Order: sequence, then C-alpha cells, then structure tokens
Amino acid sequence: MRLDPGDCLALFGPNGAGKTTLLRLLGGLIRATSGTASIGGVTLPGEAEVRGRVGLISHQTMLYDALTPRENVEFAARMYGVRDVRGEAERALERLGASGYADRVVRSLSRGMQQRVSVARAVVHGPSVLLADEPFTGLDAAGASALTSMLAELRDAGAAIVIVTHNLDEALALCTQAAIMRQGRLVRHDAAPVPSRGEYTALYRELSVDAA
Amino acid sequence: MQRSVARPVERVTERVTESVVERTANRTEDHVLNRVAPGLFATALTVARKDIVIELRSRSVILSALSFTVLGITIFFFAWDPTAVASVDLAPGVLWVIFTFSGLLGLHRSFGVEQQTRAIDALLAAPVDREGIYLGKMLANLIFVLLIQVVALPAVALLYNVPTGAYIASLAGIMLLASLGLVSVGTLFSAMAVNTRLAELLLPLLALPFFVPVILPAAQATGRLMSGRAISEVAAYIQLLAAFDIVFLIVCTLAYPYTLED
Repeated sequence: MRLDPGDCLALFGPNGAGKTTLLRLLGGLIRATSGTASIGGVTLPGEAEVRGRVGLISHQTMLYDALTPRENVEFAARMYGVRDVRGEAERALERLGASGYADRVVRSLSRGMQQRVSVARAVVHGPSVLLADEPFTGLDAAGASALTSMLAELRDAGAAIVIVTHNLDEALALCTQAAIMRQGRLVRHDAAPVPSRGEYTALYRELSVDAA
Repeated sequence: MQRSVARPVERVTERVTESVVERTANRTEDHVLNRVAPGLFATALTVARKDIVIELRSRSVILSALSFTVLGITIFFFAWDPTAVASVDLAPGVLWVIFTFSGLLGLHRSFGVEQQTRAIDALLAAPVDREGIYLGKMLANLIFVLLIQVVALPAVALLYNVPTGAYIASLAGIMLLASLGLVSVGTLFSAMAVNTRLAELLLPLLALPFFVPVILPAAQATGRLMSGRAISEVAAYIQLLAAFDIVFLIVCTLAYPYTLED
C-alpha cells in the first residue's frame, strides 16, 4: 500500500483488527515484527528526523491534564523544534476553535474540548503525514466539522493522512482511499474514487459480525 | 474506478506497511525549514520544565513526600532513646532513610504522569533524542529530591540537636552527589516499572539494591561530618559518590531508549 502527498486513507475494521497497531507502527512507536514501513523512503522506526514529519492523533488525548491547552500545545511545539512556538500554538488552537479556553486547565474541559486541543497538539508543527486514530471521538457536530475542514486543508496542502475510524460518513467524504482490516490483515483496499457509503457500510457490518 | 476488491488476504505488516507514505520528503521541506529539532539538553530542559510546572500545579507528590518526610523524622524522634544512642549516630541514618523513601514517591510519579492519557506516546513520537527525555525526567526528579532535602535537613538538625552550620557546604555537596546517583538509577527503573501492573511494588524492589552503593557512602560521610571530623576524612566517600554518579548517569542515559522497545 502506498500513499502519496495529498492522499487520505480511511481505515476501517472491527475492534482488534490491528488498526491502532498499524498507526503506532507508522508513528515510530513500535517496530514491525515482519515487513517494512517507510516514510519518504526512510524505513521506520527510523531516526528522530522522520518522526518530526508525522503528527499523531489518538483516541486518548495524550494531554497533560494539569497544564492548560496552550501549555500543552506549546510544549509539543518546543519538542518538535517549532521556531515560533507561541504563534504556531495560537494558530493551531484557533484553527480547531479551542482558543476560547486555551488558558483553562485541561482537566476542567469536556472530552470534546480536550479532543480539539489534542488535534491542535498533533498539527502544531505542520506534519506532512498525519495519523489519526478515532479523531472524531467526543467531538460535537461543530468540532467534527472543524476537524474535517482542517483535515481537508492539510490534505489539500499535500499532507498524507491515515484516518482510523468507525465514522464512515466523515471518512469516506474526506478520503481518496479506503481499506478494511480484520484480524491483523488487510482484506480490502479501494483507491479513488472510494465506494459509496452504502456499499461500505454493508461490507463493514458483515466483517464486524464475522469478527464477533 | 480503480479498485482492488477482496485482495488475497495478506499480513498487514508485510503489505500495508510496504511504503505506506512515499515521496513526502520533498513536500515536507517547507515545514522542516520552520523547525529546528531541539538538541539533547534543550529537550531535557523542556521536559524538566514541563514536569516541574505539572508538579507545582498539582502538588500531589510534593505534598505527600513532604508529609512523609516530616512524619518520618518525627516518628523516629519519638522512638529514639537519647540515653542509648547519640544523636550524631542516629541522625545520618534517619536523614538518608527519609531521603530514599520520599524520593521513591516522586520517582514513581515521574513516568506515571505520562501514562494517564498516553502522553508518553506523544513524547516518544517527537523528533528528539530519547536520552534527552530521560535527562529531563532525571533533572526534574533531582530538583524534587533536593527540595525534600531542603526541608528534611533543618528538621533533623533541629529535632536531633545536630548543628550543621560549620560543614553545611560539604554536607550540601554530599547530598547533591548522592541525590544525583539516586535519581539517575531511580528514573530509569521508574520508566521500566511504570507499564507493569505492580509498578508501586516493583520500583522499590528494583531500585533499592542499586541505591545501596549511594546511601552507604553518603550516610557514612554525613555521620563523620556530624561528628565533627575534618572534610579530608570524607574525601574518599565523596570520590566514591562522584564515580558512582558518572558511571550510572552515563549507563542509565544510554540504557533508557532500550526500555521503550515494544
């Protein structure tokens, strides 16, 4: 499987299919037991520089709950060596509609608010590869819409995106490729134009029932 | 419509991971130009600063460690029979027992704070040397342990009537060296133990045997200074502590990335 700049892959599959494991592997957090993965020709997990090109969104927020959203995003910016730490952090928070509560402690925010901050943290360094594991978790309609717009913007700017989700509507509307995994294996892969939602829903439901 | 329907079943790690994202390198240059990956010490300072801010705001470890410190010193004091044991014989032991166990409280929390929301994943995904993350954690732990000592030393001096003014600089040096040794080993074991189910039990079990080479010379040197001996009499202990610090700081820093292998 291959993603070029501007490609977006929607990855579906029942629980335990290995979707998160695949994203962790692509994020350089784990090593492949067999086979290889590469980003820009560099085999993963690779050196630190390769990780700098990747943004990681998880279904867990990966935020420090004693810090404010601004402090969390600025910390991420510093760790990625962003030059204009404050400016980029502010822009990322604003993009996700999170600047209104940027100075409140994260633990006092709702799950949806935290998720917006988590996405801002993941994109503050302008990643060229975005790995999003259940990015719509906890988001209300406005939050989901802001996230979809931002993902489309990143995709159009040339970032390659992999989205793991159960939300077929949003993912299929956004992505140029779709795939289904089950029990650690890829069982279907469709390139652009991706199939209709109805077709995928039926197949996905069938696979999920089989897996259960 | 390009489509590959129902491909033969293939292992994800063999197929999906084959060149997942190619040709992105050139497109990333603009982004890369806006970033300069932080060096080892910049990373360490960033991580340490973050940990200190979290602790100052939550105060969860500082308060419990300071409570433990004051209570421990007080309980030892009430259990002490001054007619049987001289204060200068007891005080060094009390001091180092308290430092060790209150320090363990902070060491356990060091990586625990990263686990609650899997912030550790974001930390490890950053384009920094992982040794820098270890050094940052170690630095934050060192500051935390030194803070405890700032409270514990006057408390022990006061309760056990051990004047420390005449040799306070030497004592501070010994405490700094010993603390560096304790946290360099303790931080590594904290990283190893945090993912286990019995982390709170495992950390002291792993760390305490490695603390012995630090605590013994530190307690001996502290005892001699409190007994009014000259600094030259404790020079050998100071050298031992310094040697331990150098070896373990280097070994633990280099070993840390291997504790992250999954």
